[in-house]
Amino acid sequence: MAVSTDENIIEVRSLKNVFGTQTVHENLDLDVRRSEILGVVGGSGTGKSVLMRSIIGLQSPAEGEISVFGEPMIGRDENEAKDVRRRWGILFQGAALFSTLTVAENVQVPIREYFPKVDQKLMDEIASYKIVMSGLPAEAGPKFPSELSGGMKKRAGIARALALDPELLFLDEPTAGLDPIGAAAFDQLIKELQAALGLTVFLITHDLDTLYAICDRVAVLADRKVVAIGTIPELLALDHPWIQEYFRGPRGRAAETAVRENAEA
Amino acid sequence: MTGTADFSESVEGDRHVLRFTGPMTLARIGTLPDRLDNVANGRRMTLDLSGVERMDTVGAWLVYRLARKTEAQVTGADPHMETLLDQVAQADHPVKVRPDRTPPFYRVLGQIGGSTAVAIRTLGGLVGFFGALLISAWGLIKHPRRFRLNAVTQQFEVIGIHSLGIVGLMSFLVGIVIAQQGAVQLAQFGAEVFTVNLIGRSAVKELGLLMTAIMVAGRSGSAFAAQIGSMKLAEEVDAMRTIGVSPMEALVLPRVLATVLMMPLLGFYAALLAIVGGGIFTWLSLDIPPVTFVQRIREVVPMTDLWQMLIKAPVFGLIIAMAGCFQGMQVEGNAEAVGLRTTSAVVQGIFLVIVLDAFFAVFFTSIGWL
Repeated sequence: MAVSTDENIIEVRSLKNVFGTQTVHENLDLDVRRSEILGVVGGSGTGKSVLMRSIIGLQSPAEGEISVFGEPMIGRDENEAKDVRRRWGILFQGAALFSTLTVAENVQVPIREYFPKVDQKLMDEIASYKIVMSGLPAEAGPKFPSELSGGMKKRAGIARALALDPELLFLDEPTAGLDPIGAAAFDQLIKELQAALGLTVFLITHDLDTLYAICDRVAVLADRKVVAIGTIPELLALDHPWIQEYFRGPRGRAAETAVRENAEA
Repeated sequence: MTGTADFSESVEGDRHVLRFTGPMTLARIGTLPDRLDNVANGRRMTLDLSGVERMDTVGAWLVYRLARKTEAQVTGADPHMETLLDQVAQADHPVKVRPDRTPPFYRVLGQIGGSTAVAIRTLGGLVGFFGALLISAWGLIKHPRRFRLNAVTQQFEVIGIHSLGIVGLMSFLVGIVIAQQGAVQLAQFGAEVFTVNLIGRSAVKELGLLMTAIMVAGRSGSAFAAQIGSMKLAEEVDAMRTIGVSPMEALVLPRVLATVLMMPLLGFYAALLAIVGGGIFTWLSLDIPPVTFVQRIREVVPMTDLWQMLIKAPVFGLIIAMAGCFQGMQVEGNAEAVGLRTTSAVVQGIFLVIVLDAFFAVFFTSIGWL
């Protein structure tokens, strides 16, 4: 598998998103490189989720260019877009599991949609190992989403996102609403899956621990665009007020210390 | 990178060697799984992956599964494939995909028992709900300051005023249909004149109100169930309770009260429009002038018909609103429950209204209100 680390998986150029009279993004540029975990941070209402929705095609931007895997995404017809969609997986904030299907059936939905010829036995086996890979206990397979806890729902969501062996994974606040132990385990899971499957991860988060623990680079959304992108030390060297407050605030410092102590131990 | 996954078999020394070629990914897997199931299994096997272009977890799973079954040796895997094979090997715990199925006979038995239990529990629940409603109404009578006038008037608008158009149109058309059908049948006896009796009495006594009740159950009963149900899902009802606001007082009472008060008005209005519809038909088709029609209506429709309607209407309103609110309060779990409960609210509301209407008919006849 030829992996060139400089290749951009996602390219966003001069993106503009407008809701009514409110401009959410203007002149926004962003590159996501192959096999990296990119964290996207920003205050509430800076349009992190809108950016993700624009990239995956759920929101038509007012202006701008978006390409994923080198394919332009705006104005594509449904069939062409399908080929690109097959290559990514998405975990929505509330996991967005289909409530009338069991966890295992949820995982099988994308496979059934794109590869209806795969026989049921193999399909069950695929669902089975995806579920275990996502860190769910084996009993979770036949359960319905309403019977799962928040953390298990997110894991089931990951299992579904991984169903088609995607190259690119979008995660919208994966650790929000999880307890610290669950959140740390989830970070670890993402990191492991990324390493094992060579995934590129686009990760929206508010969780400073997640940023320090697993992100290769961090993009900061403020003033309607990406004001800075880089590793955390690179960002700390900038004197943008929001970035300084974000990383230098009490919570930011605590997360940083925790990482240092872990590194020393 | 085109073509599908493939393999060739050969015998080298004492080993049976399977050489895999092409992309071993979900999209390109083709018939590989079936063919692998049929591979002869006698000698010791070697699985050679050096010819594989790409591999994803599905390809790795197939190789792992075969290796596990035949205790084969895997060679020629590059580091990426090694990681994938490791990953799927670690994830190899059988997971149940579907809940256990019970045999059909037991399932049918279970369903009959289940729905009987549900029916009995629902009836009990409705009675309990009625009790809770009375208690909170009594609380309101003792503390009239807590009465939510705004909520009630808003429901007046939604239940009453917004449905004037549809209820009116429907009744008008029903009036025409009764007149037309009645005229055709009565003409066989030369008694077209009695069409007026038919229109007047059936509209005032039964149809006006019954059609209105069905429309209100469909419009408002369902809306109550869906609104309260969504609020329960979003924990709004729990939030109310913890703040000290009684959901019964804030959500249920205004809706029930508004429906109880609106039903007689809507029923009367519906009866009136049915008579108008019938009147226009008789005028155009039977040449009975409107003045005569109105005079005949006043002669043939006794006052007791109107009383019957006005007595039944609030009871119907109570039942429809209670069924809606009760079902809404029963919502639990997921969005699907809201849909199911909304359906039940309408079905129960209409069913109970018709059952009670039959009782009322017998009762009123026996006290001499023919």
